[in-house]
Amino acid sequence: MEHLVPIGLNHYLTISAFLLGFGLFAVMTRKNAIVVLMGVELILNAANINFIAFSKYNGGMGGIMFSLFVIVIAAAEAAIALAIVINIFKIFKSVDVSSIDSMKE
Amino acid sequence: MFELPSGAEIQSIIASLKLSVEFFIPEIYLSLLFMLLIVVDLVAKGKKNNLLSITTLLGLAGTMYFIFRQQSMPAGELFFGMYVLDEFAIFFKYFFVLSGILAVIITMADEQFESEVKSMGEYYALVVAMVIGMIMMASSADMMMIFLSMELVSFSAFILTGYFKRNPRSSEAALKYLVYGGVSSGLMVYGFSLIYGLTAETNLINISSALSQHGYDPVVLILATLLVLAGFGYKIGAVPFHFWAPDVYEGAPTPVTAYLSVASKAAGFALLMRFFYIAVPHGGPVYEDIIGINWVSLLIIISVASMIYGNVVALWQKNVKRLLAYSSIAHAGYLLLGIIVMDAFGTQATLLYLLSYFLMNFGAFYVVILIANKTGSENLEDYRGLGKKMPLAGAALTVFLISLVGLPPTFGFIGKLMIFSALLTKGSLYLWLALIGIMTSVISLYYYMLIPLNMYLRESPSSEQKNMNPGLLPNIIMAALMFLTIYFGLFFQPLADFAKYGSTLFGLKH
Repeated sequence: MEHLVPIGLNHYLTISAFLLGFGLFAVMTRKNAIVVLMGVELILNAANINFIAFSKYNGGMGGIMFSLFVIVIAAAEAAIALAIVINIFKIFKSVDVSSIDSMKE
Repeated sequence: MFELPSGAEIQSIIASLKLSVEFFIPEIYLSLLFMLLIVVDLVAKGKKNNLLSITTLLGLAGTMYFIFRQQSMPAGELFFGMYVLDEFAIFFKYFFVLSGILAVIITMADEQFESEVKSMGEYYALVVAMVIGMIMMASSADMMMIFLSMELVSFSAFILTGYFKRNPRSSEAALKYLVYGGVSSGLMVYGFSLIYGLTAETNLINISSALSQHGYDPVVLILATLLVLAGFGYKIGAVPFHFWAPDVYEGAPTPVTAYLSVASKAAGFALLMRFFYIAVPHGGPVYEDIIGINWVSLLIIISVASMIYGNVVALWQKNVKRLLAYSSIAHAGYLLLGIIVMDAFGTQATLLYLLSYFLMNFGAFYVVILIANKTGSENLEDYRGLGKKMPLAGAALTVFLISLVGLPPTFGFIGKLMIFSALLTKGSLYLWLALIGIMTSVISLYYYMLIPLNMYLRESPSSEQKNMNPGLLPNIIMAALMFLTIYFGLFFQPLADFAKYGSTLFGLKH
């Protein structure tokens, strides 16, 4: 196994960049509001990986604290988002974001 | 890797926290007011009376006293550099509390709440929560505090936008606001993580010194800046982060629209100024980097795009709320001009413009609400002939719109004058920006004046006689706002001094 490269900062940053890309892709292409919100969670978690990786290699606590707060905020956001989506489903009988478009220029 | 602090260190941390609390009293007071409002709602059992709104008004007015006491306190960092108290923050504290008060006043005038919702419930508590969040946004000195306070404002705003939960437009607006808000704050946090990676700091002042001492990779920094701008640009509603604005402004309850378009936008500008003036480097040799763009050129692009897009698309709007939404995008562009100047005069001009925008935009939305109470519509066509039926409302709306265009003798003129003269003090460098600003203002004259045109020169299709008088108290408030818009257009010196007072940021090196 000694021919494998040890895991370093770049590996973490690559994964987080991929997560950010997947998150943005989900937000832009998916129609279902729940999947769009999952994309938002991916973006936030990409930032979390960055913070923790930088914190590990910089030796500071700031990034770890920040990522804890991001997790808390993400949970609060999910609660509010689901409340709004449920309300949307009651009114429109659908959570398809492309069909919920009653206001036009 | 990390060691636990010793007993003596914990003692010193506690002592430092105790010291900071003395400078944090307005926020604590507002948090108590927030909880009090929830309890009052439980006691009042959701009955529709003025108990909640009056409590909110008195509570917010009481905050002014605590903010006034802060004026004599020395500027400095609190809570281990998380938070600052300076003149800039105090200016915005007054601004946000006053906008909270006006938001409550115009909510009381809106009759749509009677038909749409059973109780006012948490509405006023959320308005107060937004005031707390915005005050914290203006005072944050750490990326973590910036993120937390911004999310506090956003989450309260999502719920307020969808407050008419049986109304499809209001719910749709809430969903759109939520999705755009989530994405842009996610991008902002990603940008923060890159900055943290560059500097190993989260405090804005430390970031600035780390960047200047150790140098940085310009490509990474500009990428991080762009991502952070996505978050701030969403809050201020500037192109290309504006997509939520027209739908949210049209769908949300009108008082919430007014509140978002003034207060939430001002909070975004406060953050933008504090972050870019203090954290990210400007000037100096390191800054002229290989890729040739920096955050000032990014802001110039955004500002020009907002002024042109907002004013041009507003030309064919048929709904007055939507029209004002596009106009607010354009105003974000004008406000950015003052930030681009990047000196004390530019900051003063931006703050004065925010004050004028506060008066004229709240005034315009107040009249829109009073008209919608009587006609049940916000469409431009239903404004025909209203000038004769509602003379005071017609006159007041005309004054607010003239002020939004930026014509004398109104406060809006003084705001625009300050912004453009701040640009011109930099010589011919920004002359073209000022010219674009002036030309787009001329375009805006057309669509703003469509409203008085419909009100005064076109006849109403129905000739039925109906009582269109909005009542004594709304008339007085409307007349007061109209009077202030003209008064400050003529005697603007006190407010210009106040804006000058507010243009001092803690930790800013000129």
